[in-house]
Amino acid sequence: MTYMTQRVESETKERADMTRRIRLAALVASALAAPAALAALAGCAASNGATADANHLSIVGFSVLKTANEPVISAFRKTPAGKGVEFTTSYGASGDQSRAVAGGLHADEVHLSLTPDVQSLVDAGLVGKNWDQNATHGILTDSVVVFLVRKGNPLGITSWDDLVKPGVKVITPSPASSGSAKWNILAAWAHAADAPGGSAGKAKDFVTKLLHNTVAMPGSGSDALASFLAGNGDVLLAYENDSIEARAAGDAVDYVVPRDTLLIENPAAVTTDASSKARDFLDFQLSPAGQALYAKAGFRPVISGVRTKVPGTNDPSNPFPKVPHLYTIDRDFVGWDKANSEFFDDKTGVITKILSGLNIGS
Amino acid sequence: MSTAVLGQDTRAVGRGRPGARWTLTGGSSLGLGVVLLWFSLLVLIPLAAIVATAGGEGWHGYVDTLTNPQSWAAIKLTVGQSLLVTGVNVVMGTLIAWVLVRDRFVGKRLLDLVIDIPFAMPTIVAGLVLLSLYGPRSPLGVNVSNTQSSVTLALAFVTLPFVVRTVQPVLAELDADVEEAAASLGASRTTTLRRVVLPAVIPAVAAGAALSFARAISEYGSLVLLSGSLPFRTEVVSVRVLSFIEGGDRTSAAALATIMLGVALAVILALDVLQRRVARRG
Repeated sequence: MTYMTQRVESETKERADMTRRIRLAALVASALAAPAALAALAGCAASNGATADANHLSIVGFSVLKTANEPVISAFRKTPAGKGVEFTTSYGASGDQSRAVAGGLHADEVHLSLTPDVQSLVDAGLVGKNWDQNATHGILTDSVVVFLVRKGNPLGITSWDDLVKPGVKVITPSPASSGSAKWNILAAWAHAADAPGGSAGKAKDFVTKLLHNTVAMPGSGSDALASFLAGNGDVLLAYENDSIEARAAGDAVDYVVPRDTLLIENPAAVTTDASSKARDFLDFQLSPAGQALYAKAGFRPVISGVRTKVPGTNDPSNPFPKVPHLYTIDRDFVGWDKANSEFFDDKTGVITKILSGLNIGS
Repeated sequence: MSTAVLGQDTRAVGRGRPGARWTLTGGSSLGLGVVLLWFSLLVLIPLAAIVATAGGEGWHGYVDTLTNPQSWAAIKLTVGQSLLVTGVNVVMGTLIAWVLVRDRFVGKRLLDLVIDIPFAMPTIVAGLVLLSLYGPRSPLGVNVSNTQSSVTLALAFVTLPFVVRTVQPVLAELDADVEEAAASLGASRTTTLRRVVLPAVIPAVAAGAALSFARAISEYGSLVLLSGSLPFRTEVVSVRVLSFIEGGDRTSAAALATIMLGVALAVILALDVLQRRVARRG
C-alpha cells in the first residue's frame, strides 16, 4: 500500500514535470515556426496585392453576373480604353462577396445584388462615400420581380392575388439568407399595401398567406431556381433576368410579369484603391453598348434608348414590357436602411415575426 | 487501485528506459511542438475565436439563441436526425462492412469502391442527385423533398461510409480462427458474436458513429436543395447559422455554433464511454 502511494506521488510529480517540458517544447516550436508562418501569410498577402496594377481589373460580382459579364468584358477589351486590360473575376452570393471584399479580397469594382452590400463597403472605407453620385445613382443593372411558372402556365397565374389562393405552391429563397428574397417579399408587400383599401395590416395578412403557401425556402436565388426546375412548387418568385436566362437555356418554364411589381436595382461601385481603368470599365458598362449586352442577358437597361433582341423573353421584339405600377425601394420603402430594419431585423422585423409565428407549409 | 497500477505499467511498456519516461528527446519535443502549433493554428485558435465571439454578449447570447423558438426547432431537428442517422449507420454500416469482409460475391470490389462516393461527392451534387431521384419528379414515385424525411435521407447518404470504413479493417484483421475456436468450445453463434466479435469491433463502430454524427450535425450542402429549409420544419442548424451571418448577426451565429460544439463533444464523449463499457464487458 505504501509502495503504491509513493508510486502515485512520484507519478504526479513526473506528470507535472512533463507538462512543464511539453509547454517549453511547444513554446520553442511556436517561437521558431510562428515567424515563418507569418512570413508565409504576408507573402500571400503581398502577391494578392501585387495584382493591383493599372492594366489589371479585379471584378467582384454577385452570382448571376458570371455569364452576363463575359461578353461585356470582351467588348470592353476591344475599345481603346480597354486595350490590354486583364481581368480577374469572382462571383458568388452578394452578401458573401461584400463580406469577402471587406475581409481583404482585392476588388477594383464591385457589382452586387443590393445597395446595403455596397453600403457596408462604404462603412468599411473601401468604397468612396459619393459612389452613387452618377446619372444612375450608382445602379448598373435593373430587373423586376416576376413569377416563374411551369410551361404553358397551367394554373393561369397572372397576378399576386393568384399566389395566395389555396393549394398554390410557391417557392422563394429565404429572406433571412438571400438578398433576392427580400426583393420578392417587399414586392408582395407593396402590392397589398398599394391595392385599393390597402394598409400595412392588409399587407401583413397578404404576406402571411403567401408564406403559408410557400413549400420551400432555399438559401439563395440559384438554389431556389434549381429546386423549382427539379419540379418543386407551382410558382417561383424570381428575378426577370434569371427567368429569361432559364428560358433561353431551354428549361420548360414560362414567366409572368405582373401588372404591379418591384424594381430590382443592382448597384456597382469602383473601390477607393482601384486602378484608373476601373472607372473606364464602369463607364463602358453604363454606355449604350454595355447596357445592350446586359439586356441580352436579361437585365433591364438603366438608361433609355437601348434596343436589342433578347433571347428567352416572352416577346423578343419587346423584351422588357413596361410595368404599369412599378414600385421602388426608394419611393415605396424609403430606402434600404429603413426597409431592412422595419422588415428584416432578426428580432423586430415584420417579416421575421411572420416567419417565426407561422408553421410554414403545414 | 490494482487496475490503476496495471494501467500505468502498460503505458510504461515500449517507452524504453522506465526512469526517463517523461523526458522527451530533442526530436520528439520538436515533433510535439510542431503538432501543437499546427493543431492550434487549425483548430484551437479558430474554435476559441468562435466561443469568444459568442461570449461577446455574455450569457445573453446563448440564452437568446436557446430561447428563440426557430433556433431551438433547428437544434432539435438537427440533433434528432443526426442521432437517428447515426443509429442507422451503426447497424447498416457494420452490416455492410461484414458483408464486404466476410462474403464473396460478384461485384464486391466495385461495391467496395463505390462506398466512398457519397462522402467524396460535392454535397451540393449529392443534393441534386437525391432531389432528382426522391423529389417531385422521382422515377421511383417517392417524393420526400421539403419534408423531414428529406433531412434523414440526405444525412444518411453523406454519412454512409464512416462506420463501414472504420469497421472494415478491424473485421479484416479479426482472425476467423478465434471464432472457430469459440465454436469448438461450445459457444453458440450469438455468444461468439457477443463475446468475441463485438468487443473487437465496438471501438471501431463507436469511432465511426462519432464521425458520422459529427458530419451529420454540420451538414449543409446536400440539404439546401432537398429540404426546402422551412423554418420550424426542415431548417437545420447550419442553415440557421448562415441566416444569422447573412443578417450580420455574428454573435447569434457564434452562439449557435458553440452550442453545437458542446453537443458534438457530449455525444463523442458519450460514445467513448459506451464503447469502453461494452468492450470491457466482453
